Amino acid sequence: MKSLRTGYITGAALGVLWSFTMAVTVAVAMSFATGDGFRPGTLGIVLSGLLCGALSARVGRWVAPVAGVVIYAVLTAVGLPPVVAEGGMLHVVLSAVIGGAVVGLGMWAISGDLPPGALTRHEFEASIIRFLTGFGYVFFTAIVVIPFYVMVMTSLKSQQALLQNPLDFSLDLSRGWDLLRSYRELLTDYNFGQYLWTSFFISVLTVLITLAFSIPGAYAVARLRFRGRAAMSRSVLLIYMVPMIVLALPIYIGFSMAGLRNTVFGIIVIYPVTTIPVALYMLQGYFRGLPAEVEEAGLMDGLSRLAVIWKITLPLSLPALASVSLYVFMIAWNEFLLAFMLLDDPSKFTLTRGIASLNSSEIPRQHLMAGAVIATVPIMGLFLGLERFMTRGLTAGSVKG
Amino acid sequence: MSTAPSVPPRPPRGRGPLARREARLAWQLLAPTLAAVSLVVILPLLAIFWISFKPVTLADLRPPAPVVRESLRGSGEDMRVEYSLRNSSQDQTVSGVVLTDTLPDVLSFRGSPEAPCQADGKVLTCNFGDIEGGFRTRVAVPVTGQGDDDALEAAAEGSEPTVTGTAPNVLTNLTFTWQNFARIFDGSEFWNVLGVTLFYTFFGTAGALVVGLFAALLLDRSFKGQGILRGLYLFPYVAPVIAVAFTWVTLFDPFSGSANALLIQMGVSQSAINFFGERPLALVMVTLFEIWRYFPLSFLFILARMQSIDTDMYEAADMDGASPFQKFRFLSLPQLLGILSVLFLLRFIWTFNKFDDIFLLTGGNAGTRVLTVNVYEQAFDLANIGAGAAVAVVIFLCLTLFSIFFFRVMSREEGL
Repeated sequence: MKSLRTGYITGAALGVLWSFTMAVTVAVAMSFATGDGFRPGTLGIVLSGLLCGALSARVGRWVAPVAGVVIYAVLTAVGLPPVVAEGGMLHVVLSAVIGGAVVGLGMWAISGDLPPGALTRHEFEASIIRFLTGFGYVFFTAIVVIPFYVMVMTSLKSQQALLQNPLDFSLDLSRGWDLLRSYRELLTDYNFGQYLWTSFFISVLTVLITLAFSIPGAYAVARLRFRGRAAMSRSVLLIYMVPMIVLALPIYIGFSMAGLRNTVFGIIVIYPVTTIPVALYMLQGYFRGLPAEVEEAGLMDGLSRLAVIWKITLPLSLPALASVSLYVFMIAWNEFLLAFMLLDDPSKFTLTRGIASLNSSEIPRQHLMAGAVIATVPIMGLFLGLERFMTRGLTAGSVKG
Repeated sequence: MSTAPSVPPRPPRGRGPLARREARLAWQLLAPTLAAVSLVVILPLLAIFWISFKPVTLADLRPPAPVVRESLRGSGEDMRVEYSLRNSSQDQTVSGVVLTDTLPDVLSFRGSPEAPCQADGKVLTCNFGDIEGGFRTRVAVPVTGQGDDDALEAAAEGSEPTVTGTAPNVLTNLTFTWQNFARIFDGSEFWNVLGVTLFYTFFGTAGALVVGLFAALLLDRSFKGQGILRGLYLFPYVAPVIAVAFTWVTLFDPFSGSANALLIQMGVSQSAINFFGERPLALVMVTLFEIWRYFPLSFLFILARMQSIDTDMYEAADMDGASPFQKFRFLSLPQLLGILSVLFLLRFIWTFNKFDDIFLLTGGNAGTRVLTVNVYEQAFDLANIGAGAAVAVVIFLCLTLFSIFFFRVMSREEGL
């Protein structure tokens, strides 16, 4: 085992693995970009990886980028391409050049200062970690980006084009505004403008009601001494663990009897209750971290408790309020189960309920995907704009899913 | 002269008025939350236990009631108001059914109406007693009117008759049954569902944790674009579940899915694979979806913990010549064990509770029916609310067990 731990062998082995990763990546990316056939070629991958890895260990890492491109080009020319391309000379050249470049650049980073001879344990493990890091970035980016890419691109295609070649996501720009046809149809024929508004309205109201309930409650649990305080802060977490589906059934029955089913009012009544425990839990943690002295000073100066909360605690906890609001907004916006069970009337649908109604064989796929994009874009926009608050909200909001 | 021995002052005991006032304020501040939560959490929980012992079906949610329709027929000498009355239920008796109606000013009774009706001034009262399931009848009350027929008809039908009657309501009466539990535990299906649930929950949770740990290790260094990547890797969790679930269904569609096209073209598979429709594969796919969707959460927590680990320790280890793997194995991992175990338990409970994901991906078909989806299926697809409630009770009991275990570990870790 120890004798295998030399620069040549490690470099070559990592080279093969890396070449494989990159060849698959390039093939998938090129397929998605052009719709034509690309696939990794086994022999080419093994040869290119061995050569590129061993060379950069022998000669030095600076040779790797050049070596990658040259080796890919030569292998493609002699008929052993690491990325097999169909559909024209341009594709063959492109895949060889791009593949070679990314393999070479990656090898440059992975080799580090790998000496050709025997490796210390340190050097050996460091090179493996460098490979895993590179692989990790490619892997995670791919699994996150591909579904969202497919979602957006499918919404811009037509049903025929999709069935003809499911891989072809290239846009026919000559269609102009017609590309957005499924969005236009959703907004005009399927009432999605209304659903957007309903969802927005419900989510904002949910945030406001949740804050109104949870701020006083969180303050009481965090600051005031009373019997049962420990039990209270613990049961908040416990309520958090009751599954929605267990509650949904009695709520469905109760709402059916009270005539609240199929009303937006019913949804506004029920959503905040599902979010109050989370908000309370997040806020009490934050309130505890605030210095009590400031509040005591306020009390000494003659403010009442409520005035202290209003004039001192709340202004100090604005960042936490922003996090909580965002998190609650996200929960309300994404909520599906209750909306699905309680709303049947298409004029009162929320966005998620509206998308669920698009999932039928009579409605083309691109409409479904356009609906998904419409629901995703606002929450993503909010998320990207306020990422810092959101991240904090998610970590504080414990581990609810 | 002797003075009384002086008593040193003692600290006040018990709760003073200030403490009492503080406690009162605390309860006042908590009152709205407590009220709302008990209304929507505690009450339904009690209700679900109640319902699980009752033979309730979806149709029982509308209790049987008498239904009446009124119309004005004929004209002149032949004019009459007709009431057609029926029992909305086919098999249950409604007792003490009484119909009352007040004639509009333009109409008045002609002679006395036939039994079981009686006229008193303008008021008509018909006592039908008990009516059986499927009962329907028609009563004609002769009347005279002034004015043209259309106006009379509008006037007669404008005054709604009221009809009262009491029916046994299966939700509130005191008949109980073990049938629901007997039904769900009957046969091998329940154990099958439980097995699927445990597989999905365990591998979904563990997988998300491992993948999240990997992602956290990747991002635990500062480089340009770290913030962008971190934001990007959170996408699966932040996007609405319905959007990403349908995207997966589209992506892995056997006919028009890109994943199949890609696999066939790359020569991995000969023919299209029905990812969400074949027996063992569908369960693996929903578990993968679970991992994909929730690894961001684990990675966020693990990353936060990692960044709070003291770097001195690693420097000391470097001095001692520890290799990278050794540092991970003997320094990072023990430091992360607390958050990992808390995350595992909490996520385990939450994955166990998950309904939306599987419901949207497969609808519980192809061997992916977990307990939560089973609740929905029993209650709505099979229209047996009682059986659905029984499954919900089983879920709740499992969760109580998990929670007890969780709080044991939690108070030991005190991490989160």
